Amino acid sequence: MGFPHPSHPKETPVLSKYFGDAAARSFRGWVERGGYEGLKKALGMTPEAVVEEMKASGLRGRGGAGFPTGLKWSFMPKDDGKPHYLVCNADESEPGTFKDREIMRWTPHALIEGCAVGCHAIGAECCYIYIRGEFTEPWHVMSAAVEEAYAHNALGENVFGSGKRIEVVLHRGAGAYICGEETALMNSLEGKRGNPRIKPPFPAQAGLFALPTTINNVETLAAVPHILTRGAAWYKGLCLGNPKSTGTKLISVCGHVMRPGNYEITLGTPMKELIFDMCGGMRPGRTLKAVIPGGSSVPLMTPEEVDQCATDYEGIVACGSMLGSGGMIVMDDSTDIVYEIYRLAKFYAHESCAQCTQCREGTAWTTKILARILSGQGKSSDLDLLLDLSENMTGKTICVLSDSCAAPIVSGIQKFRADFEAYLSRATAPVLALA
Amino acid sequence: MTQELVNVTIDGVPVSVPKGTPIIEAAKQAGVLVPHYCYHPSLPAPAVCRMCLVEVEKAPKLMPACVTTVAEGQVVHCNSATAKKARESVLEFLLINHPLDCPICDQAGECELQDYVFQEGRASTRYADYAKRYNPVEDFGPDVLYVANRCILCTRCVRFMEDVADAAVLNVSERGDRAFIGIDPAQRLDHPWAGNVVDLCPVGSLISKDFLHKARAWDLDKSASVCPGCTQGCNIMIDTRDEVVVRLRPRANLEVNRHFMCDVGRMDYRWMNRGDRIEAPLVREAGSPRLLAVDWDRALARLAELVKGTTGKVVLLASGRSSLEALAWVRRLVAAQSITAAIKVPIGEAAVLPGVPNLALRRERVPNLDGAKLVGYTTEWQGALDATRSSALTILLDAALEEKEVKQLGGGPLVVLSTVHEDWYDSAKLVLPLTSMAEEHGTYINRDQRVQRFTQAKAAPGMARAAWWIAAEALALNGTRGTPSSAAEAFAALGAWIPSLGGLTYADLGLTGRIIEPTPAGSRE
Amino acid sequence: MTAGTAGVGAGEGGGVEAHHDAPHVPIFAGKVKERLDALFPKYPTKQACLLPALWMAQEARGWISPGALTEVAAVLGLTPAYVRGVVTFYTMYHTHPVGRHFIQVCTTSPCHLCGSDDVLTALLRETGCGELGATSADGRFTVIEVECLGACGFPTPILIGDDFIESVTPERISGILQGYK
Ligand SMILES: Cc1cc2nc3c(=O)[nH]c(=O)nc-3n(C[C@H](O)[C@H](O)[C@H](O)COP(=O)(O)O)c2cc1C
Ligand code: SF4
Ligand code: SF4
Ligand code: FES
Repeated sequence: MGFPHPSHPKETPVLSKYFGDAAARSFRGWVERGGYEGLKKALGMTPEAVVEEMKASGLRGRGGAGFPTGLKWSFMPKDDGKPHYLVCNADESEPGTFKDREIMRWTPHALIEGCAVGCHAIGAECCYIYIRGEFTEPWHVMSAAVEEAYAHNALGENVFGSGKRIEVVLHRGAGAYICGEETALMNSLEGKRGNPRIKPPFPAQAGLFALPTTINNVETLAAVPHILTRGAAWYKGLCLGNPKSTGTKLISVCGHVMRPGNYEITLGTPMKELIFDMCGGMRPGRTLKAVIPGGSSVPLMTPEEVDQCATDYEGIVACGSMLGSGGMIVMDDSTDIVYEIYRLAKFYAHESCAQCTQCREGTAWTTKILARILSGQGKSSDLDLLLDLSENMTGKTICVLSDSCAAPIVSGIQKFRADFEAYLSRATAPVLALA
Repeated sequence: MTQELVNVTIDGVPVSVPKGTPIIEAAKQAGVLVPHYCYHPSLPAPAVCRMCLVEVEKAPKLMPACVTTVAEGQVVHCNSATAKKARESVLEFLLINHPLDCPICDQAGECELQDYVFQEGRASTRYADYAKRYNPVEDFGPDVLYVANRCILCTRCVRFMEDVADAAVLNVSERGDRAFIGIDPAQRLDHPWAGNVVDLCPVGSLISKDFLHKARAWDLDKSASVCPGCTQGCNIMIDTRDEVVVRLRPRANLEVNRHFMCDVGRMDYRWMNRGDRIEAPLVREAGSPRLLAVDWDRALARLAELVKGTTGKVVLLASGRSSLEALAWVRRLVAAQSITAAIKVPIGEAAVLPGVPNLALRRERVPNLDGAKLVGYTTEWQGALDATRSSALTILLDAALEEKEVKQLGGGPLVVLSTVHEDWYDSAKLVLPLTSMAEEHGTYINRDQRVQRFTQAKAAPGMARAAWWIAAEALALNGTRGTPSSAAEAFAALGAWIPSLGGLTYADLGLTGRIIEPTPAGSRE
Repeated sequence: MTAGTAGVGAGEGGGVEAHHDAPHVPIFAGKVKERLDALFPKYPTKQACLLPALWMAQEARGWISPGALTEVAAVLGLTPAYVRGVVTFYTMYHTHPVGRHFIQVCTTSPCHLCGSDDVLTALLRETGCGELGATSADGRFTVIEVECLGACGFPTPILIGDDFIESVTPERISGILQGYK
């Protein structure tokens, strides 16, 4: 369901089925809706079998990178005698993305159940859910649900009498986008600055507290119980495009559409159906100008690209961008593309952890150049400079925040060059005063 | 222990290095220095500056040479067009907020930013229209200033304090381009090893107050030496400008002090510049009430005569800062007699550097305790002072006596070899001008029996000579043949009567020293 | 073991410690200490409780005062400098005293597209803060601009203290502010 709007017939409500249904938040309410069956089933299976089930379902990480979940779980060492950890990434801070928040505040037990299954599958007894500091409401809902889950033995020393110990601990962030990056999150959880770590070692070898760790996004984990109860084949069958993209995906649509919100689509759904049917299209008298389909870190798409795009991992790549986190920012013809790109660059400059030279200095410098263009003081060489700096910021740093800053700039200049040139030629009046 | 070797090719040069070696170290073996800032061989590598990106064949993107370990058959290009462009861009990014105040920066001339920009940076800036980041200069500690504007946030200083000194006094504060190196107002950068952050800083961001605006790097003469501060024997560099010592800095010796030295040693160099030096031999002629300056011929003849005529007990009161050569040859000078020889060992508080095994400022604040023992000196200082009361001759070798110690001296004949003059030396028969360790070549033996060379860092004043030379010349006058005419010879000759030094030469010691098996005392003579 | 509780608004509240030189009254005593002690077994290191401990300190004092920072460091066996490095990394810890009601307004692109600038302007005007980061003369409000709050489908979201309010428009502001005295 496209909360806050009623479900659209073209949606496939699995994760979102109970969005807006306050009764689904309680343990009883969740059980009444078929909850915790997946966990019970998993506890009766070997961890390997659960991992195989995930592999068979085709589920891929919903946090941004789209890495196959079963495969990721299978990287965890076996019988190494060390504690393992599962970490749930609930830092959701990618501009345009607001789906994990909805999962946590409406179906907290879906996430808890998914975490418990994940723990079982990777041989962990403890899962930390790292929730961004600003998510006060999801925090309260999750806290209450975790407490209830303990009370009903869905968590604790002996989960549902299986003899398994599974703990879930909520951990609150404190305002840092970069803590969504998995290794930064681990540092943050350890009580450090949220600096991304160099890889190798990978989390499965040395992650949280230097122990084998799997980290998954909220949406990824929330999908897990459904796959167990309804079967991998069912999930794999949910596919309208490329067979490597299976299942449903929550797309957070925001910006200039009539009905913004979360839409749960079967992967492969045409993007234009999503924007123009489900979300109600543009405001009256407006036309589509650009879409950033996967959170602010991916390239912009033109209306032509949107028109032929299948909304799945491969389909969006084929149309010049990426599915990313599924945060879709829609911009109509009233949009000042240059300003929005400037605003995103400013975001990255604000959020850079400061470790890597290119990112620390590059995000700030590109922001300054864009501000100058917006102030009517841009130079004809500025676009080439921006492109060159973007190249220098791409593929060279510890994490991809630096690349993420460059992606909208490069695609913006490539696809909407006229908008930049209008500022350079003073055809567009300045919107910023020069600092 | 045999280590698995990995074969790689770096800029066309094939090398075999132990498995696990980072490319940056393997490249050194191939004769390639990969430019870098955050990497330092004595610190954990964070790979943050991104300066060391190199092209590794088959890798999808440039790899940081500091943390990418070698793999069999790997082919690395450190100077390909893409690698060079990446470096050029890092330099550009580092420079946009760098003040370019090189003319007033202490680091100029030994600045890794200046060097690499000169080597491969852009000729002009593309950042001309924007203001640079500005932060005030901070007073971090007794000797360290932080010039934030010059900081390139390599975090070497933070890692040194956290991981090596185990005293997290510095931090990275804020984030993005607002980041800077911070300190808590409640804390000071006053750890006994804190001064190392000044050396570690690749730019002029952390600077020494002591050295502030003293000299330009290119005007300095640098001499390899050994810290005379304690029995650790940290390898150092003595930097002089026009024969004046302006600073001591650690010199790498992975076995002794890695890249570090303590602040006590670092700051204790002013004595090397004392102006009140004895510049000529002083002799008291028979019947003369005063010491008179003479030439070396007269002085040496007098010394030879004195030693030869002495039949009773001789007492040697020496400094633990005297070189092995000095101690050994002066003792040999009087070898025929019954000898009480001791060095004075001042004791201070120890200060370990937790991150480096076996590295500490030691309680025994002399550099040559084990060397002195090896050549027949004890540390029974009081006993030696007492012995002067019945001695036929007392020789003072560069040992400064306190007033109460002077009072304990017996009335017998006294010979003083010293760098500076004390009023009470007027009672001596001979006062001979000595070079300080900064003015001579010599060796010390540290607490791990490592024989280490120090080299002459500045000219000796006036007629001052090394103690071994004085002793050897007097010996020659008394008929000893084959006496040495250089420090190298003075050292090489020691093996003849100190077996554990047998066959060793300065060339063998190199500049990082050699560990010896000390011959147990007593088996020597 | 129950859910982690170093969370939102679980503290006893308390006044704002506004003076740097006022003697520091310990935060980690009584109930607050119990809450922190209850967290330790959930993590293999004490340091992992740094963010939770800082939250508790901020709940108690309204900001992370130098005294609070030093106390947190001592309680967890860290140095004040280390803790300061961490505190300044995260934007939600206040290193200066702020108004009783701390207002964070999202102005990142998605919200900007939907008029967040107008919401911000209206908030600055109606709280009397005037400019970003300033505290209103009556000490009630401080308004800052923040990056994406993760509710872009409900523009413009704002946080007042721990209250997350969606779909704020300039027209709704005076009504909303009345709830915060
Ligand atoms: C700069 C940056 C920010 C990220 N932010 C988030 C985030 O807020 N939430 C998230 O789930 N993943 C985020 N990720 C992706 C995570 O690093 C990681 O890939 C993900 O949590 C893995 O879970 P998944 O496999 O279930 O998707 C971010 C990555 C980067 C580079
Ligand atoms: S790319 Fe940016 S955010 Fe990522 S580690 Fe480097 S400096 Fe930090
Ligand atoms: S002060 Fe020097 S050593 Fe420390 S981070 Fe800055 S440049 Fe590096
Ligand atoms: S951009 Fe404002 S909540 Fe996301």
